[in-house]
Amino acid sequence: MAFRRTYVRPMDGWWRRDPYFIRYMAREATAVFVVIYAVILLAGLIRLSQGAAAFSDWLEGLASPWSVAFHVLLIAVFAYHTWSWFRIMPKTMPPVVVAGRRLSGSRRRWRPRPRSSCS
Amino acid sequence: MRKRSNQPPFWLLFGAGGMLSALLGAALVFITGIAAPLGLEPRAAMSYPDVLAFARNPAGKAFLFAVVSLFAWHGAHRIYHTLHDLGIPTGLVAKLACYGVALLITLRAAYTLLAIGF
Repeated sequence: MAFRRTYVRPMDGWWRRDPYFIRYMAREATAVFVVIYAVILLAGLIRLSQGAAAFSDWLEGLASPWSVAFHVLLIAVFAYHTWSWFRIMPKTMPPVVVAGRRLSGSRRRWRPRPRSSCS
Repeated sequence: MRKRSNQPPFWLLFGAGGMLSALLGAALVFITGIAAPLGLEPRAAMSYPDVLAFARNPAGKAFLFAVVSLFAWHGAHRIYHTLHDLGIPTGLVAKLACYGVALLITLRAAYTLLAIGF
């Protein structure tokens, strides 16, 4: 049987085709920064356990301009994470009813889909 | 019978970490990364004795452990599920890499917090 060169739609940069996908990838990308911040805090904990001199080394590192600039970026990323988190939150939960009214963005009925994954 | 998914525990950790980071993340980053290094606080809240006392207090210890480990599990789970969208196969290697990093961060945080003492 001959190998057929069927057309396969290229998927490179698929997420740049639609603003919805860009927002999706932006919110998924926040995860990388959340892990980086966890590592920064863990480094601080380890330096703390090594004594006062080690801990002040860590604090000095945080005071460098690059670090402060990075933390300004981190704040923006965390703010975006907070915004997007509470936007998708109602979609992952049973219908949320407050004072007899369904919260906007909340599901109409609770139909968990067994194969769905939400991250 | 279909094979049961092993994802619920990871999703639980992802959700907990996502909620914690959504509520506290920006404020924590401001305190540790901007206010403390630039000296914007009324008194040096990030001084060695204060932070050590915080890390030795059981509630402070629990808070630090929750923040570090849950942030890691949240990020690991989300990165793992985004790999497919980037065209990276989500096999056992990817799973071990993502969740493994979160597990290492969790174990190291637990070890260090216990080493700091009470």
